Amino acid sequence: MIRFRADLPFEQDQATRFVPWIVALMVFLGALALAAATAVGGAIDGWDNNLTGRITVQVPADEASPKALSRLVDALTATPGIAQAETLSAEATRALVEPWLGTLDADLELPLPAVIDVETAVGAVFDVNLLAGRLANIAPGVIVDDHRVWLAQLIRAARTVELVAFAILALIGLTAIAAVIFATRSGLAVHAAIINLLHVMGARDAYIARQFQMQAMMLGIRGGIIGSLAAIVVLAVLTTMSAGIDVALLPSAPLSPAQWPLLIIVPVTAVIITMATARVTVLRALAEMP
Amino acid sequence: MLRFENVGMRYGIGPEILRDINFALEPGSFHFLTGPSGAGKTTLLKLMYLALRPTRGLVHLLGRDISLTPRSELPELRRQIGVVFQEFRLIDHLSAVENVALPLRVANIKQSTIDDHVRELLSWVGLGDHLDAKPPTLSGGQQQRVAIARAIINRPRLLLADEPTGNVDDHIALRLMYLFEELNKTGTTIIIATHNEALLQKFSHPLLRLNDGQIDAVAARSDRLVAAS
Ligand SMILES: Nc1ncnc2c1ncn2[C@@H]1O[C@H](COP(=O)(O)OP(=O)(O)O)[C@@H](O)[C@H]1O
Ligand SMILES: [Mg+2]
Repeated sequence: MIRFRADLPFEQDQATRFVPWIVALMVFLGALALAAATAVGGAIDGWDNNLTGRITVQVPADEASPKALSRLVDALTATPGIAQAETLSAEATRALVEPWLGTLDADLELPLPAVIDVETAVGAVFDVNLLAGRLANIAPGVIVDDHRVWLAQLIRAARTVELVAFAILALIGLTAIAAVIFATRSGLAVHAAIINLLHVMGARDAYIARQFQMQAMMLGIRGGIIGSLAAIVVLAVLTTMSAGIDVALLPSAPLSPAQWPLLIIVPVTAVIITMATARVTVLRALAEMP
Repeated sequence: MLRFENVGMRYGIGPEILRDINFALEPGSFHFLTGPSGAGKTTLLKLMYLALRPTRGLVHLLGRDISLTPRSELPELRRQIGVVFQEFRLIDHLSAVENVALPLRVANIKQSTIDDHVRELLSWVGLGDHLDAKPPTLSGGQQQRVAIARAIINRPRLLLADEPTGNVDDHIALRLMYLFEELNKTGTTIIIATHNEALLQKFSHPLLRLNDGQIDAVAARSDRLVAAS
Protein backbone atom coordinates (compact mmCIF):
# COMPACT_ATOMS: atom_id res chain seq x y z
CA MET A 1 0.00 0.00 0.00
CA ILE A 2 1.26 3.47 -0.87
CA ARG A 3 2.36 5.57 2.10
CA PHE A 4 2.63 9.28 2.56
CA ARG A 5 4.87 11.05 4.99
CA ALA A 6 2.78 12.38 7.85
CA ASP A 7 3.76 14.26 10.97
CA LEU A 8 0.96 12.40 12.73
CA PRO A 9 1.31 8.67 13.46
CA PHE A 10 -1.99 7.65 11.87
CA GLU A 11 -1.10 3.98 11.59
CA GLN A 12 -1.70 3.60 15.34
CA ASP A 13 -5.29 4.84 15.10
CA GLN A 14 -8.02 2.37 15.98
CA ALA A 15 -11.03 4.42 14.95
CA THR A 16 -10.00 4.53 11.29
CA ARG A 17 -9.96 0.73 10.96
CA PHE A 18 -13.56 0.43 9.81
CA VAL A 19 -13.54 3.40 7.42
CA PRO A 20 -12.26 1.39 4.42
CA TRP A 21 -14.98 -1.21 4.97
CA ILE A 22 -17.80 1.26 5.09
CA VAL A 23 -16.39 3.01 2.01
CA ALA A 24 -16.12 -0.42 0.35
CA LEU A 25 -19.79 -1.07 1.13
CA MET A 26 -20.72 2.35 -0.25
CA VAL A 27 -18.74 1.75 -3.44
CA PHE A 28 -20.07 -1.79 -3.86
CA LEU A 29 -23.72 -0.80 -3.52
CA GLY A 30 -23.12 2.42 -5.43
CA ALA A 31 -21.69 0.51 -8.38
CA LEU A 32 -24.60 -1.94 -8.33
CA ALA A 33 -27.13 0.91 -8.08
CA LEU A 34 -25.45 2.70 -10.97
CA ALA A 35 -25.41 -0.47 -13.05
CA ALA A 36 -29.07 -1.14 -12.21
CA ALA A 37 -30.04 2.43 -13.04
CA THR A 38 -28.16 2.27 -16.32
CA ALA A 39 -29.71 -1.07 -17.23
CA VAL A 40 -33.23 0.02 -16.27
CA GLY A 41 -32.76 3.30 -18.10
CA GLY A 42 -31.56 1.46 -21.18
CA ALA A 43 -34.49 -0.96 -21.04
CA ILE A 44 -36.99 1.87 -20.67
CA ASP A 45 -35.57 3.56 -23.77
CA GLY A 46 -35.88 0.27 -25.64
CA TRP A 47 -39.48 -0.18 -24.55
CA ASP A 48 -40.32 3.34 -25.62
CA ASN A 49 -39.03 2.72 -29.12
CA ASN A 50 -40.45 -0.75 -29.60
CA LEU A 51 -43.83 -0.59 -28.04
CA THR A 52 -45.36 2.80 -27.57
CA GLY A 53 -46.58 3.19 -31.11
CA ARG A 54 -48.44 -0.12 -31.02
CA ILE A 55 -51.75 -1.60 -30.09
CA THR A 56 -52.63 -5.27 -30.52
CA VAL A 57 -56.10 -6.54 -31.10
CA GLN A 58 -56.74 -10.17 -30.14
CA VAL A 59 -59.60 -11.96 -31.78
CA PRO A 60 -60.79 -15.22 -30.15
CA ALA A 61 -60.01 -18.22 -32.34
CA ASP A 62 -63.70 -19.07 -32.93
CA GLU A 63 -64.48 -15.51 -34.13
CA ALA A 64 -61.40 -15.23 -36.32
CA SER A 65 -62.89 -15.97 -39.71
CA PRO A 66 -61.00 -14.35 -42.61
CA LYS A 67 -64.11 -12.25 -43.30
CA ALA A 68 -64.39 -10.96 -39.73
CA LEU A 69 -60.67 -10.25 -39.65
CA SER A 70 -60.75 -8.20 -42.82
CA ARG A 71 -63.77 -6.22 -41.52
CA LEU A 72 -61.90 -5.54 -38.32
CA VAL A 73 -58.82 -4.40 -40.23
CA ASP A 74 -60.96 -2.11 -42.37
CA ALA A 75 -62.66 -0.64 -39.32
CA LEU A 76 -59.30 -0.05 -37.66
CA THR A 77 -57.71 1.53 -40.71
CA ALA A 78 -60.67 3.90 -40.96
CA THR A 79 -60.17 5.08 -37.38
CA PRO A 80 -58.42 8.46 -37.17
CA GLY A 81 -55.02 8.17 -35.44
CA ILE A 82 -54.31 4.66 -36.68
CA ALA A 83 -51.64 4.49 -39.31
CA GLN A 84 -51.73 0.84 -40.17
CA ALA A 85 -53.42 -2.43 -39.18
CA GLU A 86 -52.35 -5.88 -40.26
CA THR A 87 -53.33 -9.41 -39.30
CA LEU A 88 -50.33 -11.43 -38.13
CA SER A 89 -49.72 -14.77 -39.80
CA ALA A 90 -50.18 -17.92 -37.74
CA GLU A 91 -46.39 -18.38 -37.59
CA ALA A 92 -45.87 -14.84 -36.35
CA THR A 93 -48.49 -15.39 -33.65
CA ARG A 94 -46.80 -18.58 -32.51
CA ALA A 95 -43.47 -16.73 -32.44
CA LEU A 96 -45.05 -14.11 -30.16
CA VAL A 97 -46.09 -16.64 -27.54
CA GLU A 98 -42.93 -18.71 -27.81
CA PRO A 99 -41.01 -16.89 -25.07
CA TRP A 100 -43.82 -17.82 -22.66
CA LEU A 101 -44.95 -21.19 -23.88
CA GLY A 102 -41.86 -22.56 -25.62
CA THR A 103 -41.73 -23.88 -29.18
CA LEU A 104 -45.13 -25.11 -30.26
CA ASP A 105 -45.68 -27.96 -32.56
CA ALA A 106 -47.32 -26.68 -35.73
CA ASP A 107 -49.70 -29.61 -35.75
CA LEU A 108 -50.61 -29.19 -32.09
CA GLU A 109 -54.14 -27.89 -32.29
CA LEU A 110 -53.92 -25.22 -29.68
CA PRO A 111 -56.57 -22.62 -30.53
CA LEU A 112 -54.44 -19.51 -30.73
CA PRO A 113 -56.29 -16.21 -31.11
CA ALA A 114 -55.69 -14.19 -34.22
CA VAL A 115 -53.67 -11.07 -33.62
CA ILE A 116 -54.00 -7.78 -35.46
CA ASP A 117 -50.97 -5.59 -35.10
CA VAL A 118 -51.98 -1.91 -35.08
CA GLU A 119 -49.54 0.95 -35.53
CA THR A 120 -50.78 4.28 -34.22
CA ALA A 121 -49.83 7.58 -35.78
CA VAL A 122 -47.17 9.56 -33.90
CA GLY A 123 -48.74 11.37 -30.96
CA ALA A 124 -52.17 9.93 -31.63
CA VAL A 125 -54.64 10.05 -28.75
CA PHE A 126 -57.89 8.14 -28.86
CA ASP A 127 -60.27 6.32 -26.61
CA VAL A 128 -59.30 2.66 -26.44
CA ASN A 129 -62.58 1.67 -24.77
CA LEU A 130 -64.62 3.32 -27.51
CA LEU A 131 -62.54 1.51 -30.10
CA ALA A 132 -62.96 -1.81 -28.27
CA GLY A 133 -66.76 -1.28 -28.22
CA ARG A 134 -66.93 -0.68 -31.93
CA LEU A 135 -64.75 -3.70 -32.69
CA ALA A 136 -66.88 -5.92 -30.42
CA ASN A 137 -69.88 -5.16 -32.64
CA ILE A 138 -68.01 -6.76 -35.52
CA ALA A 139 -66.49 -9.69 -33.56
CA PRO A 140 -67.62 -10.37 -29.97
CA GLY A 141 -64.88 -11.14 -27.48
CA VAL A 142 -62.25 -8.91 -29.12
CA ILE A 143 -59.58 -7.70 -26.73
CA VAL A 144 -57.82 -4.41 -27.43
CA ASP A 145 -54.44 -4.38 -25.78
CA ASP A 146 -52.93 -0.94 -25.44
CA HIS A 147 -49.29 -1.48 -24.54
CA ARG A 148 -48.98 2.13 -23.70
CA VAL A 149 -51.01 1.71 -20.53
CA TRP A 150 -49.16 -1.18 -18.95
CA LEU A 151 -45.90 0.09 -20.33
CA ALA A 152 -46.42 3.35 -18.49
CA GLN A 153 -46.98 1.32 -15.32
CA LEU A 154 -43.90 -0.76 -15.98
CA ILE A 155 -41.81 2.34 -16.54
CA ARG A 156 -43.17 3.84 -13.32
CA ALA A 157 -42.27 0.66 -11.44
CA ALA A 158 -38.79 0.65 -12.93
CA ARG A 159 -38.27 4.29 -11.97
CA THR A 160 -39.38 3.48 -8.42
CA VAL A 161 -36.78 0.73 -8.26
CA GLU A 162 -34.20 3.25 -9.43
CA LEU A 163 -35.29 5.76 -6.78
CA VAL A 164 -35.16 3.20 -3.98
CA ALA A 165 -31.68 2.13 -5.11
CA PHE A 166 -30.46 5.71 -4.97
CA ALA A 167 -32.14 6.35 -1.62
CA ILE A 168 -30.32 3.35 -0.15
CA LEU A 169 -27.11 4.59 -1.72
CA ALA A 170 -27.63 8.04 -0.19
CA LEU A 171 -28.19 6.48 3.22
CA ILE A 172 -24.98 4.50 2.95
CA GLY A 173 -23.21 7.66 1.81
CA LEU A 174 -24.44 9.47 4.91
CA THR A 175 -23.32 6.57 7.08
CA ALA A 176 -19.89 6.72 5.48
CA ILE A 177 -19.70 10.46 6.11
CA ALA A 178 -20.68 9.94 9.75
CA ALA A 179 -18.03 7.22 10.07
CA VAL A 180 -15.35 9.49 8.60
CA ILE A 181 -16.38 12.34 10.91
CA PHE A 182 -16.19 10.00 13.89
CA ALA A 183 -12.80 8.62 12.85
CA THR A 184 -11.44 12.11 12.16
CA ARG A 185 -12.65 13.49 15.50
CA SER A 186 -11.10 10.60 17.34
CA GLY A 187 -7.91 11.17 15.34
CA LEU A 188 -7.93 14.82 16.38
CA ALA A 189 -8.23 13.74 20.03
CA VAL A 190 -5.57 11.05 19.82
CA HIS A 191 -3.09 13.38 18.11
CA ALA A 192 -4.02 16.52 20.02
CA ALA A 193 -0.51 16.92 21.45
CA ILE A 194 1.20 16.89 18.07
CA ILE A 195 -1.51 19.06 16.52
CA ASN A 196 -0.98 21.61 19.28
CA LEU A 197 2.74 21.48 18.66
CA LEU A 198 2.34 22.06 14.92
CA HIS A 199 -0.08 24.87 15.68
CA VAL A 200 2.31 26.78 17.93
CA MET A 201 5.11 26.24 15.41
CA GLY A 202 3.03 28.30 13.01
CA ALA A 203 1.30 25.59 10.99
CA ARG A 204 -1.75 26.86 9.17
CA ASP A 205 -4.99 24.93 9.65
CA ALA A 206 -4.76 23.77 6.05
CA TYR A 207 -1.34 22.20 6.73
CA ILE A 208 -2.80 20.04 9.51
CA ALA A 209 -6.02 19.37 7.60
CA ARG A 210 -3.99 18.17 4.61
CA GLN A 211 -2.50 15.36 6.68
CA PHE A 212 -5.94 14.12 7.72
CA GLN A 213 -7.10 14.51 4.15
CA MET A 214 -4.23 12.38 2.85
CA GLN A 215 -4.96 9.78 5.51
CA ALA A 216 -8.65 9.82 4.55
CA MET A 217 -7.64 9.46 0.90
CA MET A 218 -5.58 6.34 1.66
CA LEU A 219 -8.48 4.81 3.61
CA GLY A 220 -10.92 5.81 0.88
CA ILE A 221 -8.76 4.32 -1.88
CA ARG A 222 -8.40 1.11 0.08
CA GLY A 223 -12.18 0.92 0.50
CA GLY A 224 -12.76 1.96 -3.10
CA ILE A 225 -10.60 -0.86 -4.41
CA ILE A 226 -12.28 -3.48 -2.22
CA GLY A 227 -15.78 -2.26 -3.09
CA SER A 228 -15.03 -1.95 -6.82
CA LEU A 229 -13.57 -5.44 -7.01
CA ALA A 230 -16.60 -6.90 -5.25
CA ALA A 231 -18.97 -5.00 -7.56
CA ILE A 232 -17.06 -6.09 -10.67
CA VAL A 233 -17.26 -9.73 -9.60
CA VAL A 234 -21.01 -9.53 -8.95
CA LEU A 235 -21.73 -7.63 -12.19
CA ALA A 236 -19.57 -10.04 -14.20
CA VAL A 237 -21.52 -12.97 -12.76
CA LEU A 238 -24.84 -11.25 -13.57
CA THR A 239 -23.64 -10.53 -17.10
CA THR A 240 -22.64 -14.16 -17.65
CA MET A 241 -25.94 -15.39 -16.24
CA SER A 242 -28.09 -13.01 -18.26
CA ALA A 243 -26.30 -14.01 -21.46
CA GLY A 244 -28.20 -17.31 -21.33
CA ILE A 245 -31.59 -15.67 -20.88
CA ASP A 246 -33.35 -13.97 -23.75
CA VAL A 247 -36.49 -12.18 -22.71
CA ALA A 248 -37.65 -9.36 -24.90
CA LEU A 249 -38.33 -6.91 -22.11
CA LEU A 250 -35.13 -7.40 -20.10
CA PRO A 251 -31.79 -5.90 -21.03
CA SER A 252 -29.37 -8.55 -22.19
CA ALA A 253 -26.66 -7.52 -19.67
CA PRO A 254 -26.52 -5.10 -16.71
CA LEU A 255 -23.87 -3.08 -18.47
CA SER A 256 -22.78 -2.90 -22.06
CA PRO A 257 -19.00 -2.98 -22.63
CA ALA A 258 -19.06 0.78 -23.24
CA GLN A 259 -20.74 1.39 -19.88
CA TRP A 260 -18.23 -0.48 -17.71
CA PRO A 261 -15.71 2.41 -17.51
CA LEU A 262 -18.57 4.56 -16.18
CA LEU A 263 -18.29 2.62 -12.90
CA ILE A 264 -15.02 4.41 -12.01
CA ILE A 265 -17.21 7.39 -11.06
CA VAL A 266 -18.34 5.50 -7.94
CA PRO A 267 -15.00 4.90 -6.15
CA VAL A 268 -13.69 8.30 -7.26
CA THR A 269 -16.75 9.99 -5.78
CA ALA A 270 -16.40 7.94 -2.59
CA VAL A 271 -12.75 8.97 -2.17
CA ILE A 272 -13.59 12.64 -2.78
CA ILE A 273 -16.43 12.50 -0.23
CA THR A 274 -14.13 10.85 2.31
CA MET A 275 -11.38 13.46 1.83
CA ALA A 276 -13.75 16.41 1.89
CA THR A 277 -15.44 15.16 5.05
CA ALA A 278 -12.11 14.76 6.84
CA ARG A 279 -10.97 18.18 5.71
CA VAL A 280 -14.12 19.99 6.82
CA THR A 281 -14.13 18.16 10.16
CA VAL A 282 -10.52 19.12 10.89
CA LEU A 283 -10.87 22.73 9.78
CA ARG A 284 -13.93 23.17 11.99
CA ALA A 285 -12.13 21.76 15.01
CA LEU A 286 -8.97 23.81 14.43
CA ALA A 287 -10.96 27.02 14.08
CA GLU A 288 -11.56 26.72 17.83
CA MET A 289 -7.83 27.14 18.53
CA PRO A 290 -6.47 30.63 19.19
CA MET B 1 9.44 43.44 21.04
CA LEU B 2 7.11 42.18 23.73
CA ARG B 3 4.72 44.18 25.89
CA PHE B 4 1.90 43.10 28.22
CA GLU B 5 -0.70 45.62 29.40
CA ASN B 6 -3.07 44.72 32.23
CA VAL B 7 -3.14 41.13 31.09
CA GLY B 8 -5.36 38.74 33.00
CA MET B 9 -5.71 35.03 32.36
CA ARG B 10 -8.02 32.34 33.69
CA TYR B 11 -8.66 28.80 32.47
CA GLY B 12 -12.36 28.37 31.79
CA ILE B 13 -14.33 29.57 34.77
CA GLY B 14 -11.45 28.93 37.19
CA PRO B 15 -9.65 31.55 39.23
CA GLU B 16 -7.50 34.19 37.57
CA ILE B 17 -4.04 32.61 37.28
CA LEU B 18 -2.47 35.83 36.07
CA ARG B 19 -3.76 39.32 36.79
CA ASP B 20 -2.66 42.82 35.92
CA ILE B 21 0.52 41.73 34.20
CA ASN B 22 2.45 44.75 32.93
CA PHE B 23 5.92 44.70 31.45
CA ALA B 24 7.83 45.54 28.30
CA LEU B 25 10.92 43.79 26.93
CA GLU B 26 13.44 45.32 24.52
CA PRO B 27 14.62 43.46 21.41
CA GLY B 28 17.80 41.54 22.09
CA SER B 29 17.19 41.32 25.85
CA PHE B 30 17.70 38.22 27.99
CA HIS B 31 15.35 37.58 30.92
CA PHE B 32 14.68 34.90 33.47
CA LEU B 33 11.03 34.32 34.32
CA THR B 34 10.94 33.08 37.90
CA GLY B 35 8.48 32.29 40.63
CA PRO B 36 7.45 29.29 42.66
CA SER B 37 5.90 26.24 41.09
CA GLY B 38 2.30 26.96 40.12
CA ALA B 39 2.93 30.73 39.94
CA GLY B 40 1.87 30.80 36.28
CA LYS B 41 5.22 30.80 34.44
CA THR B 42 4.13 28.27 31.86
CA THR B 43 0.84 30.08 31.39
CA LEU B 44 2.64 33.38 30.82
CA LEU B 45 4.93 31.73 28.25
CA LYS B 46 1.88 30.27 26.49
CA LEU B 47 0.46 33.76 26.18
CA MET B 48 3.79 34.85 24.70
CA TYR B 49 3.93 32.11 22.09
CA LEU B 50 0.25 32.59 21.22
CA ALA B 51 -0.98 29.21 22.39
CA LEU B 52 -3.49 31.06 24.58
CA ARG B 53 -5.38 34.29 24.26
CA PRO B 54 -5.53 36.45 27.38
CA THR B 55 -8.94 36.76 29.02
CA ARG B 56 -8.28 40.47 29.34
CA GLY B 57 -5.58 43.03 28.63
CA LEU B 58 -3.34 43.61 25.63
CA VAL B 59 -0.41 41.64 24.30
CA HIS B 60 1.93 43.39 21.87
CA LEU B 61 4.30 41.06 20.09
CA LEU B 62 6.78 41.79 17.30
CA GLY B 63 5.10 45.12 16.62
CA ARG B 64 1.55 43.74 16.51
CA ASP B 65 -1.37 44.10 18.88
CA ILE B 66 -2.42 40.46 19.05
CA SER B 67 -6.07 41.16 19.85
CA LEU B 68 -6.32 43.18 16.61
CA THR B 69 -4.45 40.65 14.49
CA PRO B 70 -6.64 38.40 12.34
CA ARG B 71 -6.31 34.70 13.15
CA SER B 72 -5.00 34.00 9.65
CA GLU B 73 -1.94 36.19 10.32
CA LEU B 74 -0.98 34.53 13.59
CA PRO B 75 0.92 31.60 11.99
CA GLU B 76 3.40 34.08 10.49
CA LEU B 77 4.00 35.55 13.94
CA ARG B 78 4.35 32.13 15.58
CA ARG B 79 7.06 31.21 13.06
CA GLN B 80 9.20 34.00 14.50
CA ILE B 81 9.03 32.49 17.97
CA GLY B 82 11.07 29.47 19.05
CA VAL B 83 9.91 27.45 22.04
CA VAL B 84 11.82 24.86 24.08
CA PHE B 85 9.09 23.02 25.97
CA GLN B 86 9.61 21.63 29.44
CA GLU B 87 8.87 18.08 28.30
CA PHE B 88 10.61 18.72 24.92
CA ARG B 89 7.55 17.53 22.97
CA LEU B 90 9.50 15.69 20.32
CA ILE B 91 7.54 13.49 17.93
CA ASP B 92 8.54 9.91 18.70
CA HIS B 93 7.96 8.37 15.29
CA LEU B 94 10.04 11.00 13.48
CA SER B 95 13.85 11.01 13.36
CA ALA B 96 15.95 13.79 14.89
CA VAL B 97 16.33 15.35 11.45
CA GLU B 98 12.59 15.20 10.78
CA ASN B 99 11.76 16.65 14.19
CA VAL B 100 14.08 19.58 13.70
CA ALA B 101 12.82 20.10 10.15
CA LEU B 102 9.19 20.49 11.28
CA PRO B 103 9.13 24.28 11.74
CA LEU B 104 10.54 24.64 8.21
CA ARG B 105 8.12 22.16 6.71
CA VAL B 106 5.27 23.92 8.44
CA ALA B 107 6.46 27.15 6.83
CA ASN B 108 6.44 25.44 3.41
CA ILE B 109 10.17 25.73 2.88
CA LYS B 110 11.65 23.60 0.08
CA GLN B 111 12.71 20.11 1.26
CA SER B 112 16.13 20.42 -0.42
CA THR B 113 16.91 23.61 1.52
CA ILE B 114 15.65 22.03 4.71
CA ASP B 115 17.90 18.96 4.75
CA ASP B 116 21.34 20.57 4.64
CA HIS B 117 20.28 23.24 7.05
CA VAL B 118 18.93 20.76 9.59
CA ARG B 119 21.95 18.45 9.44
CA GLU B 120 24.28 21.36 9.93
CA LEU B 121 22.42 22.59 12.99
CA LEU B 122 22.20 19.11 14.55
CA SER B 123 25.96 18.76 14.09
CA TRP B 124 26.42 22.15 15.73
CA VAL B 125 24.55 21.00 18.85
CA GLY B 126 26.68 17.82 18.85
CA LEU B 127 24.19 15.35 17.42
CA GLY B 128 25.90 14.78 14.06
CA ASP B 129 26.04 11.05 14.83
CA HIS B 130 22.36 10.77 15.72
CA LEU B 131 20.69 12.41 12.74
CA ASP B 132 18.33 9.55 12.04
CA ALA B 133 17.75 8.44 15.63
CA LYS B 134 14.21 8.44 16.96
CA PRO B 135 13.78 10.48 20.17
CA PRO B 136 13.00 7.48 22.43
CA THR B 137 16.47 6.10 21.69
CA LEU B 138 18.20 9.32 22.77
CA SER B 139 19.25 10.36 26.28
CA GLY B 140 17.47 13.23 28.06
CA GLY B 141 20.30 15.64 27.24
CA GLN B 142 20.31 14.59 23.60
CA GLN B 143 16.56 14.95 23.36
CA GLN B 144 16.84 18.44 24.78
CA ARG B 145 19.40 19.40 22.17
CA VAL B 146 17.05 18.15 19.45
CA ALA B 147 14.31 20.27 21.04
CA ILE B 148 16.60 23.32 21.08
CA ALA B 149 17.71 22.76 17.50
CA ARG B 150 14.03 22.61 16.52
CA ALA B 151 13.33 25.83 18.42
CA ILE B 152 16.08 27.78 16.67
CA ILE B 153 16.07 26.21 13.19
CA ASN B 154 14.18 29.09 11.61
CA ARG B 155 16.17 31.81 13.39
CA PRO B 156 13.40 33.04 15.68
CA ARG B 157 13.42 36.61 16.90
CA LEU B 158 12.09 35.49 20.26
CA LEU B 159 13.23 32.31 22.01
CA LEU B 160 11.27 30.98 24.98
CA ALA B 161 12.40 28.08 27.18
CA ASP B 162 10.28 26.49 29.89
CA GLU B 163 12.40 25.06 32.75
CA PRO B 164 15.12 23.95 30.32
CA THR B 165 17.40 22.81 33.12
CA GLY B 166 14.73 20.85 34.95
CA ASN B 167 15.44 17.49 33.35
CA VAL B 168 19.20 17.56 32.77
CA ASP B 169 22.45 17.35 34.76
CA ASP B 170 24.09 20.49 36.08
CA HIS B 171 26.96 20.52 33.57
CA ILE B 172 24.51 20.12 30.71
CA ALA B 173 22.39 22.93 32.16
CA LEU B 174 25.46 25.13 32.17
CA ARG B 175 26.34 24.32 28.56
CA LEU B 176 22.77 25.05 27.68
CA MET B 177 22.98 28.50 29.24
CA TYR B 178 26.11 29.29 27.25
CA LEU B 179 24.28 28.19 24.11
CA PHE B 180 21.40 30.57 24.91
CA GLU B 181 23.85 33.40 25.53
CA GLU B 182 25.48 32.63 22.21
CA LEU B 183 22.11 32.96 20.50
CA ASN B 184 21.36 36.13 22.43
CA LYS B 185 24.57 37.68 21.05
CA THR B 186 23.21 37.18 17.54
CA GLY B 187 20.23 39.34 18.46
CA THR B 188 17.64 36.79 19.59
CA THR B 189 15.45 37.97 22.46
CA ILE B 190 15.44 35.28 25.13
CA ILE B 191 13.16 34.45 28.05
CA ILE B 192 13.91 31.45 30.23
CA ALA B 193 11.36 30.28 32.78
CA THR B 194 13.10 28.65 35.71
CA HIS B 195 13.01 28.28 39.44
CA ASN B 196 16.52 26.87 39.53
CA GLU B 197 18.15 29.04 42.22
CA ALA B 198 21.70 27.96 41.34
CA LEU B 199 21.15 29.12 37.77
CA LEU B 200 19.70 32.43 38.93
CA GLN B 201 22.74 32.93 41.19
CA LYS B 202 25.24 32.12 38.46
CA PHE B 203 23.77 34.21 35.66
CA SER B 204 22.93 37.85 36.11
CA HIS B 205 20.19 38.39 33.54
CA PRO B 206 17.24 40.49 34.73
CA LEU B 207 14.25 38.78 36.30
CA LEU B 208 10.56 38.78 35.59
CA ARG B 209 9.36 37.53 38.94
CA LEU B 210 5.86 36.06 39.18
CA ASN B 211 4.22 35.97 42.53
CA ASP B 212 0.58 35.34 43.32
CA GLY B 213 -0.37 35.85 39.67
CA GLN B 214 1.40 39.18 39.35
CA ILE B 215 4.79 40.39 38.20
CA ASP B 216 6.21 41.80 41.40
CA ALA B 217 9.50 42.91 39.94
CA VAL B 218 11.39 43.40 36.71
CA ALA B 219 14.70 43.44 38.45
CA ALA B 220 17.72 44.67 36.56
CA ARG B 221 20.11 43.04 39.04
CA SER B 222 23.05 45.27 38.17
CA ASP B 223 24.28 44.32 41.62
CA ARG B 224 24.98 40.76 40.51
CA LEU B 225 26.49 41.50 37.09
CA VAL B 226 29.97 41.56 38.50
CA ALA B 227 29.51 38.48 40.62
CA ALA B 228 28.34 36.42 37.64
CA SER B 229 31.28 37.21 35.39
N1 LIG C 1 -4.79 23.87 31.17
C1 LIG C 1 -5.04 24.28 32.43
N2 LIG C 1 -6.30 24.26 32.89
C2 LIG C 1 -6.60 24.68 34.13
N3 LIG C 1 -5.69 25.12 35.00
C3 LIG C 1 -4.40 25.16 34.63
C4 LIG C 1 -4.02 24.74 33.31
N4 LIG C 1 -2.68 24.88 33.20
C5 LIG C 1 -2.26 25.38 34.38
N5 LIG C 1 -3.26 25.55 35.24
C6 LIG C 1 -3.18 26.09 36.60
O1 LIG C 1 -2.62 27.36 36.48
C7 LIG C 1 -1.72 27.59 37.55
C8 LIG C 1 -0.38 28.00 37.00
O2 LIG C 1 0.15 26.93 36.29
P1 LIG C 1 1.49 27.08 35.45
O3 LIG C 1 1.32 28.20 34.50
O4 LIG C 1 1.80 25.74 34.88
O5 LIG C 1 2.54 27.47 36.56
P2 LIG C 1 4.11 27.22 36.62
O6 LIG C 1 4.58 26.97 35.24
O7 LIG C 1 4.64 28.48 37.17
O8 LIG C 1 4.34 26.06 37.51
C9 LIG C 1 -1.64 26.31 38.37
O9 LIG C 1 -2.49 26.46 39.50
C10 LIG C 1 -2.23 25.29 37.44
O10 LIG C 1 -2.91 24.31 38.17
MG1 LIG D 1 5.54 25.37 34.41
